[in-house]
Amino acid sequence: MSLSLKVNGKTHQVTSEPDTPLIYVLRDELGLKGTKLGCGLEQCGACAVLVDGEVVMSCVSAVETFESKEITTIESIADTDIGRRVQDAFVETSAAQCGYCTAGLVVATTALLSSTPKPDKDSVTQALTPHICRCGSHPRVLRAVERAAEK
Amino acid sequence: MSLQSYPLISDWITVRDGCLLVHTGKVDIGQRISTALVQIAHEELTVSWERISIAPVRTGHAPDEGITSGSNSIEQSGHALRCAATTLRDRLIALAASQHGGDSSDWQLSDGVLQLKGTNHRIDLIDLIPSLAADTPIELDHLPAPRSTLPHPKMRGLRDMVKGTYAFIHDLDRPGMLHARVVRPPHAKAVLKDITADTVAKLEQANFSIVRDGSFLAIAGAQEWPVIKAATKLANACDWDLQGGLPEDDVFAKLSLENAQRFLVVDATPTDADIPEPDPSPDHAARFERPYQMHGSLAPSAALAHWTDNKLTLHSHSQGIYPLRESIADSFGLETEHVEITHVPGSGCYGHSGADDAAFEACLVARALPDTPILLKWTREDEHAWEPYAPAMAVDLAANVTDGKVTAYSADVFSDTHRGRPRPGPNRTGPARLLANHFRADPIGPIPASPNLGRHAGMHRNLEPIYNFPKSRLVKNLVRDLPLRTSAMRCLGAAVNILALESFMDEIARQQSVSPIAFRRSHLDDPRALAVLSELERQIETRPDLADGVGRGIAYAQYKNQMTRVGVCVELTVNDHAEVQLLEALIVADAGRIVDADGLTAQLEGGFLQGASWVLYEQVDWDRDGIQSRDWDSYPVIRFDNVPNIKVQLLDQPDMPSVGAGEASPGPTMAAIANALFEATGLRMRRMPFTAEAIMQKATTL
Repeated sequence: MSLSLKVNGKTHQVTSEPDTPLIYVLRDELGLKGTKLGCGLEQCGACAVLVDGEVVMSCVSAVETFESKEITTIESIADTDIGRRVQDAFVETSAAQCGYCTAGLVVATTALLSSTPKPDKDSVTQALTPHICRCGSHPRVLRAVERAAEK
Repeated sequence: MSLQSYPLISDWITVRDGCLLVHTGKVDIGQRISTALVQIAHEELTVSWERISIAPVRTGHAPDEGITSGSNSIEQSGHALRCAATTLRDRLIALAASQHGGDSSDWQLSDGVLQLKGTNHRIDLIDLIPSLAADTPIELDHLPAPRSTLPHPKMRGLRDMVKGTYAFIHDLDRPGMLHARVVRPPHAKAVLKDITADTVAKLEQANFSIVRDGSFLAIAGAQEWPVIKAATKLANACDWDLQGGLPEDDVFAKLSLENAQRFLVVDATPTDADIPEPDPSPDHAARFERPYQMHGSLAPSAALAHWTDNKLTLHSHSQGIYPLRESIADSFGLETEHVEITHVPGSGCYGHSGADDAAFEACLVARALPDTPILLKWTREDEHAWEPYAPAMAVDLAANVTDGKVTAYSADVFSDTHRGRPRPGPNRTGPARLLANHFRADPIGPIPASPNLGRHAGMHRNLEPIYNFPKSRLVKNLVRDLPLRTSAMRCLGAAVNILALESFMDEIARQQSVSPIAFRRSHLDDPRALAVLSELERQIETRPDLADGVGRGIAYAQYKNQMTRVGVCVELTVNDHAEVQLLEALIVADAGRIVDADGLTAQLEGGFLQGASWVLYEQVDWDRDGIQSRDWDSYPVIRFDNVPNIKVQLLDQPDMPSVGAGEASPGPTMAAIANALFEATGLRMRRMPFTAEAIMQKATTL
């Protein structure tokens, strides 16, 4: 049995069991390993992807619930101007230490700036608080968001 | 140690495919050591960044530099590499002169090219390296290249991180690879009695492999999600003998004299000398406490193991591949050379996380399923409940004060061991410190902790005050047999010792009606410490007046009293829910000659936020049924909603040695927060973490 999944603009017939959380299909079946598993509990944000433009944690919800939706992972974030800008801003501000939370933060920032091009401090906090960074790169991530919004 | 063991230039720098290859035993754990090493090679040899790479850190190939810990990488690997590079540079210049004429001083080096002044004679430095004898020793008397501006190298790997293409251990894949998960006992004392045979049979029919060795139980299969589901089924089929459960001791009550093995600490080193009685009626006395805390890596630990013939090939994010190799070889009775470990990055670890334990567990599964690559991953719950924690600690301080100065000081620090890493030692220390060995049918360990008698080691790191107190009495109190397994976490004892001393200094300064900076200054004569405090004071003077309800606190420390000097100022307020809101932070630091200004700043900021997280949020909870802190809800940490504006000021010392800074800021950060909290509320918080609940409870005792 297979279901149809649209990821990064391409439609795939995937054969993972329908109850498989999206992240395992992305990583293991489609080989898109940029999305990271941090908790499997929707508590840390490492696994964030875009679903129809909204940030969604991919570590719990079953793949079958994503049929007919547009999924964007970190691998194709740079397909939009905003995504590219966000990636560049993260590089320019060195907004990472170990880098494990980075993909999720880039995805979340891209979604934020897509809906709110000039976010105030509260919107930034609200968008990023679901994401844990244990290395303490927060100040740089906040600068990266600011920089990407300025451009 | 790095230079003594690896005294040749070619131990650290070789040439491959027209590029410089830098060799190191230190590994990237988010602290940017590889960026700093490439920068050092670039500074001394002027070769462009694109032509310098770092060799894989693999046993049998990389220098054995022990463990990447203790903020030592810059002073060990960095120093060795700088000496190798300066020797290489001067030797190559001399070689060019002898081969092509001119005096050494007539040759100029820039952009990796040697040029004879006034001629067009140019030699690519990298091309010349093979002409130098392979056994050319490193000499220590070559001067580092002068520099005028702060270096800002680009962080290695960063572009891949933002693109999602940076390879972590979890992303490894091999043909025929199986995914594996461990089925955990409810807690560390439980023993596996039985597994429902029917469940085992069904899982095996479905092509899952079940590996059992005593109470160690794991399951492997071709696809990750089905393995996770099968692991749950297997867990539900297990019958555990709970052995009475975990002890529900009040760990702070246990951290006391009657339970301790005691050592008088002299010159930051534990000794057998008699411990003098403390002054029975000091002018000031206070006890500071930290609960068990966890490293809490964002990524659960993982490893890839492959057992073929009698050889074990392992990929791990361990901080110490050589000691891990010996510990694993000893566990299996293998020759050390038959185990090869390659470091692959995991997420930030902040000390001894589950990395080594996961690596050994992958090996156990791989041994049972030979010729099959095994990628074993811990779950979030595994990492939270089974990593070795930072020990609970207590520090009892006392002081006498005369004419505004501390005249006598006493500190008793209490803790279980900070030394739980697998490394060779008596009673098969290495195997005994690998978690799974405790559960095997023929168990190895755990063994009782032995006191760490090194200088500034373990719980007594930064126990010695940085201040000029005429008399001090410092005592290390090792308490064993506490409920939870412990090991090394970022800063070891220093974070709590600095919290205690710097809170205590604040209390005494206030009682003396002296400003906290002036009070510290009056007990210091190190000009670099005074410069840090002056800069901090200058920065504070530029701050606007404090709003109502905002408190400001400062603290100062020098890591191990010999590494990076850091002054921290924090402004915070406490909201209506009694939650601490961090508003502003200033960090002033002197780390000697700066190698990577941005990387240094990142370490100081990161240390600030981890220290803030420890002091405000983090505490491991448990009861007789096991660890209760099993996810990020039951073990909250700092998030983006409590990040202050942080300003970092670096005091560069181009002519002084570079020192490590990865653990320099958490201690003074915790103390500055405690001191600011006192100014904001009048509450002197002495037991971490300063949660809303703890603050409200403290307020009711006023």
